[in-house]
Amino acid sequence: MHFCGKKNRSEETNFFEVQLDLSALMKIIEEKRHEKGSLIAILQKAQEIYGYLPLSVLKCIARELEIKPAKVYGIATFYTQFRLQAAGKYQILLCQGTACHVNGSERIESTLCQELKIKRGETTPDGLFSLESAACLGCCSLAPVMMINGQAYGPLTAEKAVTIIRKIKAGESLSLVGGEAQ
Amino acid sequence: MKLRLGLGSCGIAAGGLQVLEALQNEMKSRGIKLEIQKSGCIGLCHHEPLLDWIEDDGQVFTYGAVDARRSVEILEAHLAGRGPLEDCLVSSSDEPAKYLQQQLRIVLKNCGRIDPESIEDYRRQDGYSALQKVLIGMSPEEVIKEIEVSGLRGRGGAGFLTGLKWKATREAASEGRYLICNADEGDPGAFMDRSILEGDPHAVLEGMIIAAYAIGAEQGIIYCRAEYPLAVKRLEIAIVQAQENGLLGKKILGHNFSFDISIQQGAGAFVCGEETALMASLEGERGMPRLKPPYPSEYGLWGQPSSINNVETLANVPWIIRNGGEAFAALGSKESKGTKVFALAGKIKRGGLVEVPMGITLREIIFGICGGIKAERRIKAVQMGGPSGGCIPEELLDTPVDYQSLNATGAIMGSGGMVVLDESSCMVDLARFFLDFTQKESCGKCVQCRIGTKRMLEILERICRGAGREGDIELLEELSAHISENSLCGLGQSAPNPVLTTIRYFRDEYEAHIREKKCPAKQCQELLRYSIDPNRCMGCGLCAYACPAECIKGGENNQPYYIEQENCSKCGACLDICPERFAAVILD
Repeated sequence: MHFCGKKNRSEETNFFEVQLDLSALMKIIEEKRHEKGSLIAILQKAQEIYGYLPLSVLKCIARELEIKPAKVYGIATFYTQFRLQAAGKYQILLCQGTACHVNGSERIESTLCQELKIKRGETTPDGLFSLESAACLGCCSLAPVMMINGQAYGPLTAEKAVTIIRKIKAGESLSLVGGEAQ
Repeated sequence: MKLRLGLGSCGIAAGGLQVLEALQNEMKSRGIKLEIQKSGCIGLCHHEPLLDWIEDDGQVFTYGAVDARRSVEILEAHLAGRGPLEDCLVSSSDEPAKYLQQQLRIVLKNCGRIDPESIEDYRRQDGYSALQKVLIGMSPEEVIKEIEVSGLRGRGGAGFLTGLKWKATREAASEGRYLICNADEGDPGAFMDRSILEGDPHAVLEGMIIAAYAIGAEQGIIYCRAEYPLAVKRLEIAIVQAQENGLLGKKILGHNFSFDISIQQGAGAFVCGEETALMASLEGERGMPRLKPPYPSEYGLWGQPSSINNVETLANVPWIIRNGGEAFAALGSKESKGTKVFALAGKIKRGGLVEVPMGITLREIIFGICGGIKAERRIKAVQMGGPSGGCIPEELLDTPVDYQSLNATGAIMGSGGMVVLDESSCMVDLARFFLDFTQKESCGKCVQCRIGTKRMLEILERICRGAGREGDIELLEELSAHISENSLCGLGQSAPNPVLTTIRYFRDEYEAHIREKKCPAKQCQELLRYSIDPNRCMGCGLCAYACPAECIKGGENNQPYYIEQENCSKCGACLDICPERFAAVILD
């Protein structure tokens, strides 16, 4: 969703072509083509459709709007909302606001990293969780706070955070056994 | 009788929706129909989720920290005539919470009291009467005059006089003009704009329509952070309602004045709070500031004169029109008129939103209204103004909150975020935290800001790591001066403030980090040293079990344990788990 913190270099350049159905994107572009300054809005819509901004989408936007791909890429990497890699099914957004910081958000981050075995900005290999941070979620009185798929949790302790993650994991493996058993 | 539930982002995060569901189920099973009004945030954030019971005569009982079970109990008690339930009652009409009693609410007047998704509710509170007054009997010049008399200053941070801004925009020669509402509230620790947008969106719209009339704009844009999905949703609802009621669109209320508003979501860049960067973002470009002048009032969005006003500023406008500029100017201090909303968070007992007349002291806000510090610790400082602001130490708590006095301390009013710090907060670490933020958020245009903040961050990181050198403080000061002088926009100009104010008031902490390799607040992990007092250790082994680095050894034959310092990861697990009655783990 929306995150702060620099994406690391390798993540930015290591994307590969994916074959995608671009018809939904084309519809958006047609709608917005004649609006002034609609590039950011188009990118936002594209991310809503695909969950992230694959290279083919960026190229398509550049081609259709007749602007240089470098410009589209420049804007997609300037704003932290845009992601160039698929997100996990559960997007953990850790608040990095001042109130959260003084109430120990760093320790929660390190605990989550340990638990999920990923770093900030990464997605777990099973595609279940991605860990990101937001500048401030604006729920300062519940600090420290994290948001998972739009639902905020707080005030957290390292233990509480781990419990929430494990609960989701347990729920997922249950649904796998129950729903998709072969 | 009816119920009212606080469902701002904070209320929802605290479990407000579960309370709503429980109440709805309970009423369904009992076969009763009571209205549950959904309101925004009243600002009693420390008590969320909040549930009000409202009697037919208007008497209100406010309950705090309500969960699903408690909400049903409250419902039962009131229905059976046993109410109010004293143990979770936080405020009532007879006995308002001290927190609310000491405030003066203009902007937050309706927040938490009306349903933000209902234009009728807003109308019942005199809503849109200011707009009517303007359209019926005031010329645009008279509106601007009224705002000038009120002395209203921009609430977004810089504190520029709103009346002057409008006047300049109106007087700029042009065909079209834009009114832009800056709702890109990026300061970590400030959340008043979110609360206003979620709790009283029509007040912002009314303010915008009046502003547009005054400056002669036909198009308005609200630039709102994407991190505030609920605010965007409520604004969208409010805009549709206003359009349906002829308050937006062509020929507003039958008068020869047309204006419409659209919402543009920001894409997550702190620098877009700066007005020229915000406009660049609206134009679909990278949010990079440009040189001023020309000011947006002459050359703004798409080259047209534009007035960019903050959410809280605009929300003040209807009140000023209704009550007159002089009534507003009578509030506050000499140079800073009216009220200001502050968002209190950090180590404070009663955190939340506080609206007070300007000029009262920080001490009155922190101790008088918010009840002082959590866990009976000592207050150390207040961080004001976010990454552009600074830390005000305890000895300056009698500083009045107005633009001049706060600037004199080295901090700024900013958007009004106040993060209260106690003795367990490390000031060097806090400076590092803010520099980390500004360094990441620097747009990269000005060299001094792009590279200078990076170098400052590196120095602060090494100080926190225990690798600080003699001369580092002076180096930080020198870099600060360069960055402030040579940056185009407020982000760079004010980026060094958190460092400069902490050096100014807490130089000894920097020196302790650099010379003694110690963190007096015991926050900087790499400067900590955990050890086990052999005289107190009872050999229970809990710490060795908890240690993730497996570096706690000993314990054979009930011998005390000890920590192998070279492998210790300083996570503090041993300290947390050591039973209080032994208290054998020592941190120094």
